[in-house]
Amino acid sequence: MKKFVISPPIAALTLAIVLFLLSGFLPNGYGSDVDVAIAQATNIVRLAVFLGVIAAGQTLVIISGFEGIDLSAGSVVTLTAILTYTIVSGENSMVIPALLVALVVGGLVGFLNGLGVTFLKISPFVMTLGMSGVVTGTIIVINHGNISGKIAPIMTRTIARPISPDIPIPGAIVIWLIFGVFMWLLLERTTFGKNLFAIGVNRVTAKLSGVNVTWTNIGAYALAGSLTGFGGFLLVGNTGVVFIALGQPYLFPAIAAVAVGGTLLSGGKGSYWGTMAGAIVLTLITSLLTTMQMGEAVRRMVLGATLLALISIYGRQRSLRQ
Amino acid sequence: MIKRISWNLLITRYPAFFSTILLIVVLIVNAIVQPNIFKLDTLNGNMRIFLPLILLAVGQTFVMICGGIDISVGGIVSIINTILATQVGLNGSIEQMWKFVLISLLAGMLAGAINGFFIAILRLQPIITTYATGFIYAGFALFLLPNPGGGIPRVAADIYRTTTPLGLPLAFFVIIVVLLIWWYLRSTRYGRFLYAVGGNKESAYQSAVPVTWVILSTYVISGLMAAFAGIAITLLSGSGNAEIGNTMTLSSITAVVIGGTAFSGGIGGVAGPILGSITLGLIQNVISFAQINTWWETLVKALIIVVALAAPGVINLFGRRK
Repeated sequence: MKKFVISPPIAALTLAIVLFLLSGFLPNGYGSDVDVAIAQATNIVRLAVFLGVIAAGQTLVIISGFEGIDLSAGSVVTLTAILTYTIVSGENSMVIPALLVALVVGGLVGFLNGLGVTFLKISPFVMTLGMSGVVTGTIIVINHGNISGKIAPIMTRTIARPISPDIPIPGAIVIWLIFGVFMWLLLERTTFGKNLFAIGVNRVTAKLSGVNVTWTNIGAYALAGSLTGFGGFLLVGNTGVVFIALGQPYLFPAIAAVAVGGTLLSGGKGSYWGTMAGAIVLTLITSLLTTMQMGEAVRRMVLGATLLALISIYGRQRSLRQ
Repeated sequence: MIKRISWNLLITRYPAFFSTILLIVVLIVNAIVQPNIFKLDTLNGNMRIFLPLILLAVGQTFVMICGGIDISVGGIVSIINTILATQVGLNGSIEQMWKFVLISLLAGMLAGAINGFFIAILRLQPIITTYATGFIYAGFALFLLPNPGGGIPRVAADIYRTTTPLGLPLAFFVIIVVLLIWWYLRSTRYGRFLYAVGGNKESAYQSAVPVTWVILSTYVISGLMAAFAGIAITLLSGSGNAEIGNTMTLSSITAVVIGGTAFSGGIGGVAGPILGSITLGLIQNVISFAQINTWWETLVKALIIVVALAAPGVINLFGRRK
């Protein structure tokens, strides 16, 4: 008998749509106004972009297995956001150099994480946790708490505003879709992607099949750092301000988005489509809880319970009795 | 070649070996910057601050030996703190204090049992499950005590702060009791089950080890130890704050890893994390006494931790090169 399997990305997306439709019945929901509903939906997806892009790097390291996780992502977002902010300082011409710096610096932090995890055999959880402290510490030492800079008009134009007056889709969503295709190509259509899944499933068999386990793993961390750097760049383009705690609130929600999207936290299985769907679901739930004007205490409890319910649907590991 | 084998053997068989060396180094540095460290008052002052983290790390070790992780412990600490601060109050009697200490212990075990139910019985992934339940616990703590306040009777706090039986800090006796219980447990059948499950779940299952119940029990123990930690930190601070446990979760994991317990499970003991927690506390001490510029504190602390984590790996790497 064929077992009925739900594809996690589709399940998460369906859930998001159902939740969104139900939210219309809330006292201060959109009711029967279709225009408002569309505007709200667009806004939620726009907010999900930043969580989704930050979760991309997380998806890579988690797929690479061996307890792979990147807890330095939050501080890397802050670091690259601050770098972008200071380098650009209002000049349109400095946007591309700033983007490159964000990618390189993020990649460098990730590369160091990778070296620690592979060569020094430090477990990823504490290696990246320590790195997070180092990055935050470095930001404090360099900035001494005051950051001067400004984002460029062109960044606000492409990231935060709609692509054209007629089409009310923010640029961020378009960027995210292109980014999603890039991630799909990377994971499914390149040797690196295939190797990544191979080392996530079983390092020994991957090694015996000729995969360079060490460098694939380091590559995953370095690339993850770069992608997180891109997340920091986008985030500052949207918020327009930077502060030391900018990135940290995205760290665990990003891991949750990966899990909700059906990527196995033990590695070897997953997709970026799932992470995207997960980011949308999480952002939706958070904004619904905010709309319902619940207190902070109740909001945290409901968020925790929803997350638990979500992962109970398909996050279960196989039974030992097989 | 022989040297390499013996080093590996040392690390695996005596996981606390490296943390002892590290502790001695930090202790010497500490004694240089703070010459009166071995005076009873200073010793007691330090130990009573370290004790909550020590207790938390011991609970975390049980979970990690079994191959799991518990990132909800900070939330449990907060719940216990708020229960005691709101229910006993500054003018409460000692009898009331005892009553709520017992209730706290039960609450901690219940919270741990909830984690265990989802992870062992529903087979959800530990990190994301305890992240979700941690949210619920932290939310519940905030629900009990929205603003910092409340407290426990001064007499109770004084007992914790100033009791020095036989001229030694109270914390020493607590640690000795914990170690004695651990050494007894390790020699029992349950102790062997712990390592068997952590080493390889499938083969443990094949050898008729009750894997599900062993995993469940580790989370209950972790919850119980978090409750003890919560009681200790409440006695230390004397007041209530729903955010008190937030930063303790990641510190407890760092302490366990510095103490030599591998993330993958199957090795480690309780002595290591105790040493690891003391080491973390002493590092903080050194930083405050060495009069390091405030801007540098975060960076220096993170660097010391990263170096401490990397050192065994570096030694191993050079050992292999020879």
